Amino acid sequence: MFKIIEKKALAPKVKLIKIKAPLISKKALPGQFVVLRIYEKGERIPLTIADKDPSEESITIVFQEVGKTTKLLGKLDTGDSILDLVGPLGNPSEIEKYNVVIGVGGGVGIAALYPILKALKEKGNYVISVIGGRSAEYVIFREEIEKICDETYITTDDGSLGRKGLVTDVLKELLETRNINRIWAIGPTIMMKVVSDLTKSYNVPTIVSLNPIMVDGTGMCGGCRVNVGGKIKFTCIDGPEFDGHLVDFDELLLRLKSYREEEKLSLKLFEESEGEEIASFEE
Amino acid sequence: MPVLKNKTPIPEQPVEERIKNFEEVALGYTEEQALIEANRCLQCKDAPCIKGCPVNIDIPTFINLIREKRYDEAIKKIKESNNLPATTGRVCPQETQCEAYCTLKKIGEPVAIGRLERFVADYEINRGYDIPKIMKKYNKKVAVVGSGPAGLTVAGDLARMGINVTIFEAFHEPGGVLIYGIPEFRLPKRIVRTEVEYIKSLGVEIVTNIVVGRSITIDELLKEYDAVFIGTGAGAPQFLNIPGENLIGIYSANEFLTRVNLMKAYKFPEYDTPVKIGKIVGVIGGGNVAMDAARTALRLGAKEVHIIYRRTEQEMPARYEEIIHAKEEGIKFNFLVSPVRFLGDIEGRVIGIELQKMTLGEPDESGRRKPLPIPNSNFVFSLDMVIVAIGTVPNPLIKMTTPDLLVDNRSGVILIDKNTGKTSKEKVFAGGDVTSGSATVINAMGAGKIAAKNIFKLLVGE
Repeated sequence: MFKIIEKKALAPKVKLIKIKAPLISKKALPGQFVVLRIYEKGERIPLTIADKDPSEESITIVFQEVGKTTKLLGKLDTGDSILDLVGPLGNPSEIEKYNVVIGVGGGVGIAALYPILKALKEKGNYVISVIGGRSAEYVIFREEIEKICDETYITTDDGSLGRKGLVTDVLKELLETRNINRIWAIGPTIMMKVVSDLTKSYNVPTIVSLNPIMVDGTGMCGGCRVNVGGKIKFTCIDGPEFDGHLVDFDELLLRLKSYREEEKLSLKLFEESEGEEIASFEE
Repeated sequence: MPVLKNKTPIPEQPVEERIKNFEEVALGYTEEQALIEANRCLQCKDAPCIKGCPVNIDIPTFINLIREKRYDEAIKKIKESNNLPATTGRVCPQETQCEAYCTLKKIGEPVAIGRLERFVADYEINRGYDIPKIMKKYNKKVAVVGSGPAGLTVAGDLARMGINVTIFEAFHEPGGVLIYGIPEFRLPKRIVRTEVEYIKSLGVEIVTNIVVGRSITIDELLKEYDAVFIGTGAGAPQFLNIPGENLIGIYSANEFLTRVNLMKAYKFPEYDTPVKIGKIVGVIGGGNVAMDAARTALRLGAKEVHIIYRRTEQEMPARYEEIIHAKEEGIKFNFLVSPVRFLGDIEGRVIGIELQKMTLGEPDESGRRKPLPIPNSNFVFSLDMVIVAIGTVPNPLIKMTTPDLLVDNRSGVILIDKNTGKTSKEKVFAGGDVTSGSATVINAMGAGKIAAKNIFKLLVGE
C-alpha cells in the first residue's frame, strides 16, 4: 500500500497528490512515470512523475479527472492509500547542455514538463517556457515554472491570463526570431502534434512525451505501441519520449479512442453508484 | 486382470456449457477413477517415465502410493521434486515427456501420469497443504527476479535447503505467466495462488511491484544479496511487422490474455480494465498461447474464431489436447496461410487481413517443414479483431541495465551454462524462458532446480 501524504486541487478537475514511495522517490529521474492501481478491481494507469522529494520519500503526480480511475483517484485524500504503485518506468529525459531550450506545456503536461526544465536549467541551459491552458485557472505550476525558467510565456484560449491564443502562436514567434537548439513539448496529444508540425519546418529537434493506453508499463503487452519513423516502438520501454518529428500522431490519436465506449460505460456506472465504490475499496 | 489399454477418461465440462464460462474444462479424477488409472501402472523397475520428466519426479513410487490410497505420502513424494504439482498436473505436455516413455505405449495409451499428479495435488489443496520442516538455516540471502515457474522453483528449493529468499515481481500479483498468461479454464488462479502460498509458507518473501532493471538493478541487488537468480521469462511480445499492425482491434496475445487473466477484463465493468471482442476473430499462430487466446475470445462472445497458421496441423506446436479442445469448442483452423497486411476503416479499426497461401518446403532449423509463399495467391479475409500469437522474447530491461551480462544478440536470451545455470556475471544465475526463449512451465522449473542446486553449492558448499 502506498500512502497519500498530501493532496491539492490545482485547477478545476486537476489535482496534485504526493505519495509516499521510498524506492521510487530515490530512483526517479525527469521524464519517467509510474503505473498505479488504486484498488483490487482497478485498472493500471500510467502517470508522469512531476516531482520527487527523497527527504520525505515522496513522489508527486498531477492528473486530470477524465474517466473513472482518475475520478476515483481524485476522491482519495491525505491519509488514504493506493494499492499498487510501480516505477520509475520509462527512459529518463536526455538532459544535456543544448544551449537554448524551449519547453512547451499544455494542461497537466505542464507538471510533467517541470522536472525536465528544472534539470535542463541545472545543466546550464537557457530555458524558455511557453505554457498554456483554456483559461487562467488551468495554467498550473505557473510559479514553479517561472522560478526556474529564464523566460516564461503564458497563453490562454480566452485571454484571461497572458496572451490570448495558443502556445504555438508564441512558439512560432520565438522560432522566427531566436536561435533555439531543442524543444520539449508535453501536453495533449493534439498539442504535441501541432508543435511538432511547426518545429519541423524550422528543423529544431523536438521531444514529445507520449501518453498512450498502457497495461503493464514494462514492455510485455505492446498496447502502448506507436509508430515512430515507420518502426513499432513501445512507449513504456522505448519511450515515453520520442522525436516528435517521427511520431505518427494521427495513428496515436485514433488508438487513444480504442475504448471510448467502455470508458463511457465505466464512468456512467461509477457516477451512478459512487458511494458504494468508495466503500468497497476502503475495506 | 489384464491391463486396460486406454487411459481412464478425465471428466470434462460439456462443450456447450464450457464455451460460455471460464470454469475449468478438465474436472479431475474422482478417487475411483484415480485408483483405476494408478492400477494400470506396470511399476517398471527401470522407470523410463522418470527420464522424460524435467524435474525427475519419482513417478512409479507416487503412483504406487496412490494405489495403496496413501495419498499424503504420494503428494509428499512428488513435492520432493516438484514445488508446483497442481500446476504441472494441469499444464505439462506429458505426452512428449513422462508419458512418452511409458511402457504401456507399446500396447495402447500410456498411464495418465499428469492426471494422477493433479489428483493428489488437488487432494492436498482440498485438505490443506503440509509445510515441510526446514532442518538447517544458513545466513545467506538470495534474490530471485520474477515469480513465474522458474523463480518459484528456485525460491522453493533454496528455502527448503535453508537459504533466505526474496522474490521480486514486477506485477501486482505473483505467478508470472501462470497468472497473466494461462487462462482460468486451463489453470484456475486459485490453484496458482495456493501454490504461491505454499512457496511463501516455506519462508520465501515475495515483493510485488518491483521492476528489476528499473526500480532496482541487478548490481544493486548484488550489494544486498549473496546471489541473484533471473527468471524473468520471455515476456515481450513479437509482432509480424507488416502494414496496418497498429490498427485498433489488433492485440498481442500477451496484451489480450493479460487484460483478461490478470486484470479480469472478462468481468468488465465490475473490474475496470476493458477488452474489445470482435465478431470475427483471427488468431495468428499455432502454439498453446494461440489456442488459449482463441478459446478465451470464444468464451467472451466472439461469433467465429479462426486460427490462422502458415503451416499445417502437423507442424503446430500446440499440445494435442489443446488442439482437440479448441476444435470441440468450434474454433476454425485455417492452415497454409500467412498474413501480408491488415486493412482498416477510417476510424483506424481493423476490418480485414490480407493472407497469402503457402505450401510446405524442406524442413528448416526447427525441424518443421518450411512454409513457402505461393505467388499471386493473396486474398482478403474479413474480420474485426486480431490476436497476434507468434511468440515472445525476453524482456530487454535487465539486459539494458546490466551491461556485463552476456545475452544472445539475435534472440535476446541470457547466456548460461546449462549444467549450472550460471551466467557470465559472477553470483548471477538464470533459467527458464529468459535463457531458452518461450518453452514450457516444466522446463523452466527444471532449469530452476539446477540453478537452486548450484546456488546452494556456491553459497554453502556441496
